[in-house]
Amino acid sequence: MAANEYVLGSDVPGSFNQTDPPVSMPTSDINPPGKWFDLDLPEIWQSRELLYFFVWRDLKVRYKQTAIGVGWVVIQPLLTMMVFSLVFGRLAKMPTGGLPYPLFFYSALLPWTYFASALTAATQTIIEHERLVTKVYFPRLLLPLSAVLSGLVDAAVSFIILIGMALYYHIVPRPTTLLLPVFLLLAVATALGAGLWLSALNAVYRDVRHAIPFLIQFWLFVSPVAYPSTLIPAKWRWLYGLNPMAGVIDGFRWALTGHGQAPTGLLLTSIGTIAVLVAGGLMYFKSMEGTIADRI
Amino acid sequence: MANVTIKVEDLSKRYRLGRRERYVALRDVLARTATLPVRMLTRRSQADAQADYLWALKDVCLEVKHGEILGMVGRNGAGKTTLLKVLTKITKPTSGRARLWGRVGSLLEVGTGFHPELTGRENIFMSGSILGMSKAEIKSKFDEIVDFAGVEKFLDTPAKHYSSGMYTRLGFAVAAHLETEILLVDEVLAVGDLEFQKKCLGKMKEVSQGGRTVVLVSHQMNQIRRLCDSVLWMDQGQIRRKGPTAEVVGAYEAAFSSSQTAGRAAQSDPSIKARFLSWEILEPHSGQPHLLTTLGPFTVKFTVEVNRPIRMGVHGIEINDSAGQRLWGNAAYNLTIEPGIHDLVHRIGPLPLKPGPYSWRVTLFDEYERLDMWDCMPELMVGTKPQSHPYDQWAGFLNVASVLSIHEDAAAGAAQSITH
Repeated sequence: MAANEYVLGSDVPGSFNQTDPPVSMPTSDINPPGKWFDLDLPEIWQSRELLYFFVWRDLKVRYKQTAIGVGWVVIQPLLTMMVFSLVFGRLAKMPTGGLPYPLFFYSALLPWTYFASALTAATQTIIEHERLVTKVYFPRLLLPLSAVLSGLVDAAVSFIILIGMALYYHIVPRPTTLLLPVFLLLAVATALGAGLWLSALNAVYRDVRHAIPFLIQFWLFVSPVAYPSTLIPAKWRWLYGLNPMAGVIDGFRWALTGHGQAPTGLLLTSIGTIAVLVAGGLMYFKSMEGTIADRI
Repeated sequence: MANVTIKVEDLSKRYRLGRRERYVALRDVLARTATLPVRMLTRRSQADAQADYLWALKDVCLEVKHGEILGMVGRNGAGKTTLLKVLTKITKPTSGRARLWGRVGSLLEVGTGFHPELTGRENIFMSGSILGMSKAEIKSKFDEIVDFAGVEKFLDTPAKHYSSGMYTRLGFAVAAHLETEILLVDEVLAVGDLEFQKKCLGKMKEVSQGGRTVVLVSHQMNQIRRLCDSVLWMDQGQIRRKGPTAEVVGAYEAAFSSSQTAGRAAQSDPSIKARFLSWEILEPHSGQPHLLTTLGPFTVKFTVEVNRPIRMGVHGIEINDSAGQRLWGNAAYNLTIEPGIHDLVHRIGPLPLKPGPYSWRVTLFDEYERLDMWDCMPELMVGTKPQSHPYDQWAGFLNVASVLSIHEDAAAGAAQSITH
C-alpha cells in the first residue's frame, strides 16, 4: 500500500508563471559617479529602521563577555576624574573660577569622552563592516551615523553621575541647564563631521588607524578639559573656537553650572567650524561612497 | 517597455589594478605624487598605462523582462559578480547606465549582517533589516523563516555557537523571504546539505512563480537548466551570448568540450572514396536540426557522398560525451551502396541522456577499408527537461524520471516511520 508518491526531482520545474508587472513601481537608476553630490536624504529617512538596528546591535554587543558590563561607563571616567583632580586640582591648583575641581573636570570630561569614543568608533566603522559593504547595498552614511549615535547611551549613563555630583556640590538646576542637550548635539555633530572624513579616508588609507590615538590625545590638550578656556588671552579666545570642541565643552560647562559669562564669541566660531566640518565631511564621504566597496 | 524590469545600457566597470591591493598606505600615494613630474617626463607608453587597468565589465547591454529567471554563466573573473554588484548599487559603474523597476533584493553572501555575538532571533532581525526588509515584514515572516531554517531550539543561542550548517540555513532562510520584485543571487545555492539544497531550489521556484524577476549566477548547469528561462554567458567582462537556456548552456558547455574538427568542405578532394557531408535530426522537428528535445524515439539523418560502388559496406554509429567517452555504439553490415549522395537515416531511442553537448561519430567501411570517419559537427545538443538531481555531481549521465513510494512493511510492524 503506497502512502505517497514522490516524483524525484519534480519539485523544481523549469517553468514559471508570467504575470503582468504592477502599474507603479519604484525605480532605481544606476549611473557613474557624478560631479555633484546628492545627499539623498529621503533614502536615509527610509533606512531609519536599519539605523536603529545598527545602534541596537552596537549596544547589544558592546559589553558582551565583560564581567562588569556597563559598569565600565562609570568606572573609566570616575578613575580619570580622580587622577586629574589630584594632579591638576590639588597639585597644580588649576584656576576653576570657584568651581570644585572634580565637578569642573567631570562636566568637561563627559562631552569629551563621548566625542573621543564616538570619533574612534566612526573612524573604524567602514573597515569593521568591510564584508557588509562589499556584499550588500545600504546607505553607507548609516555606518558613521550609527557609530556616533550609539555612543550617546554611554553619555546618558555618565550624565546620571554628573547630576549626582552637581547635587553633591550644591549646584542647583537653572534655566541654562536646559541648553545641555544643545551642546551635546553639537558634540554629536563634531564627531560626525570628523568621523565622516576619517572613516572614508581610513577605508582607503589605513594610516588613519594609526594616527587616530595621537590625534585624539592632541585634541584633548587643545580643548579646555583639564583647564579653563580663560587661560587663553581674551583677544585670541574667538580663534580658539576654531577647535569646535572648545566651544562645545565651554558651553556645556557653562550651561550646567551657570558659572561666569556665556562663551559667545568662542561658541560662534566653533559652530561655524562644525558647520564647515560636517558639510565638507558629507561631500567627501558621498564622493567616496560609490566606489568605496572597490577600494576598501 | 512596460515589460522590462532591468535595462542596462553600455555598462562598463574599470578597476585600477593597484587599487585592488589590500592595503594602500598614504606613503605610496605621497611617493607617487612626488615622482609624478619625473614620470610625466619619461612619458610612459600608452600600452603601459593600459596595463594598469582591468575592465571587469565592458559595454554590457542587457534587458531582463518582468518575471524572467535569467541564469548567468561564465568562468571566474568573467564579470558576473561585478555585474551583480553594479546592479545592486554596491559599487558604481565607470560608464554607462542601468535602470531597475521595482525593489531590488540581493543575496551575494549567505548570512549577510550576521553577528556572532547575537542570538539567532536577533540575527534574523539584523540580517533582514540589512537586506532591506522592514521590521514589520520580518515580524510577519519570522515563524516561516525559523521553520525554513529549522533552528527553533537554538533561537536564543548566540550564533557563534551554531554549526556552519545551521548558520548557512538561517542565513539563506532570511534572504529567501525577501519580497522584492527583483532578486539578484550570486552563487550561494551550492551550500548546505543535500536536503537543504533541495529546499532552497524549491524556494527559488516559488519566488519565480510569484512573478518576480530573478538573476542567478551558478556553475551548476543542471540547476540553470531547471530554473532558468534564459541564460547570459559572460566572458571577459562582455556578453558572449544571451538566449534560451538550452541553446546558451549548450554552447557554453560545447566551448569547453574538446572535439574541434575542421569543416568538411575544406577537405574536398576528388580522390576521396566516400565522405559524410552533414547530419540533422528529422523527427521530432524542433526548428534546430542539432538540438534533441524529446525523451522519446527520434530520427536522425547522416548525408554521405559516395564516389565508388560499395559491396561489403559497414556503417558504424556512436554517441560520445564531451569528454570523448563512448556512451553507445552500433553498426550495420553487408551494405550495398551505389555512387551518389545518400541519406543514412537511423530511428533511435529513447535516448535518456542528461542534457548537454554530445557528439556523433559515424564511419563507413568497405570490408576492412575505412572510407570515412566523422566526428560530426555541429555537436549533438541534448536539450530535454532534466529529471535527475539538480547538482551536476549527483546527476550522473542519464536523464531518467523516477517515482518513490514508501510502503509499510507489515511483517516488521509499524515501528518505522519515515518523515520527509
